[in-house]
Amino acid sequence: MEKYGDEAKILAGGQSLMPLINMRLARPAVLVDINRISGLDFIREEDGSMAIGALARHAKVASSEVLKKGCPMLPHAAQFVGDVQVRSRGTFGGCIAHADPAAEFGAVVYTLGGEIVAQEIKGSRVIPVTEFFLDALTTSLKPYEMVTEVRVPSLQGKLWSFRGIAPRFGDMVLAGIAVALELDGGGNCRWSRIGMFGVGSTPLRASKSEEKILGNRLEEKLIAEIAGQAAAEAEPASDIHASASYRRELVRWLVAWNLRSVRQQQQEKKQ
Amino acid sequence: MTRHTVTLVVNGTTYTREVDARKLLCDFIREDLGLTGTHVGCEHGQCGSCTIFFKGVTVKSCLMLAVQAHGAELKTAEGLSSDGKFHPIQEAFWENHGLQCGFCTPGMLLSALHLLQSNPNPTEREIRLAIAGNLCRCTGYVNIVKSIRAAAEKMKLGQAAQNP
Repeated sequence: MEKYGDEAKILAGGQSLMPLINMRLARPAVLVDINRISGLDFIREEDGSMAIGALARHAKVASSEVLKKGCPMLPHAAQFVGDVQVRSRGTFGGCIAHADPAAEFGAVVYTLGGEIVAQEIKGSRVIPVTEFFLDALTTSLKPYEMVTEVRVPSLQGKLWSFRGIAPRFGDMVLAGIAVALELDGGGNCRWSRIGMFGVGSTPLRASKSEEKILGNRLEEKLIAEIAGQAAAEAEPASDIHASASYRRELVRWLVAWNLRSVRQQQQEKKQ
Repeated sequence: MTRHTVTLVVNGTTYTREVDARKLLCDFIREDLGLTGTHVGCEHGQCGSCTIFFKGVTVKSCLMLAVQAHGAELKTAEGLSSDGKFHPIQEAFWENHGLQCGFCTPGMLLSALHLLQSNPNPTEREIRLAIAGNLCRCTGYVNIVKSIRAAAEKMKLGQAAQNP
């Protein structure tokens, strides 16, 4: 990668890169196929975090018992990625490095505050996800670096909900929301994350909305307020699939839906 | 253009060919191996016509390069029948009118096989999710879903006959 720089592209699962090459939208002079590197498809728990190898396929993420226990939002999100064939082949590291702002996995990693391990010949560095996604399809990876691992904090002890809306099942979402909350015994929120995807040039967090929930119970009035606040914090663009204002409405609806879903889970837990 | 030697097993037969690094796996299967049962539709991973088994799971062969298949075991639509007899999934598609023009059929058959291998008794929803990566522009999917249901029954009967 050092030798070829920008001329070279890493080929992992190829479910995004190969269509771009086939349509001549990408014309890399050199492809570096990493599929034969063994030992990069791990999924394990390490110090309260989930460590996912760059070559872990989506199907493996979807069925991983480690993730179902430690970070069930990821296997849940995996079922919405592409179709069976895409999930057989697509990789977690490839999805993160491709940095599609409507991608489910990027949204989960961003919402929960994960880290990306980037490797080059001289060594590796850990990039906090807040410094990783710079723009649509653009990351802070250097041309000679490769993602080898992604770490996602555990969701144990937290309640979560995740939903996106796409024109057709398996398509990229028009808007999607990931919510994770920690509620105390009285139902007051003491930790909150609201992630948004498909409504900005990178995954986003509705940080003002997150603050507003803290110390409060999930009552209907608050939910409506938070949903409106999150819609204001989204940065959607208009395109052929949906207008910006429609996407904002979806954010409002999805945030409310997800918060109600969390409230429902809490009530069921109490019973 | 770099050339590579590729050796791989397709439907139980070993092949060795020289290929350009840029050649897609679907084109390699059709042009270099002469196995035209694998169809090429959209060439960018949307239609699923080129679905094959690669190392035991279904993939779209237009999203892989031929060189990536070096050393791998593949199954294409030609590998479904044995001893001149249709596979139960092929029989079921025939009997239930699960195809019209037939372009999507090879991919549908292989996606159906992938499903039925892990889930011998799928619900309609599970069948529809399993073929979500395969587009059909003729049938409206109704008879395809019906065919896969029927194939599941046939395969269960076949198993029962083998292990009474």
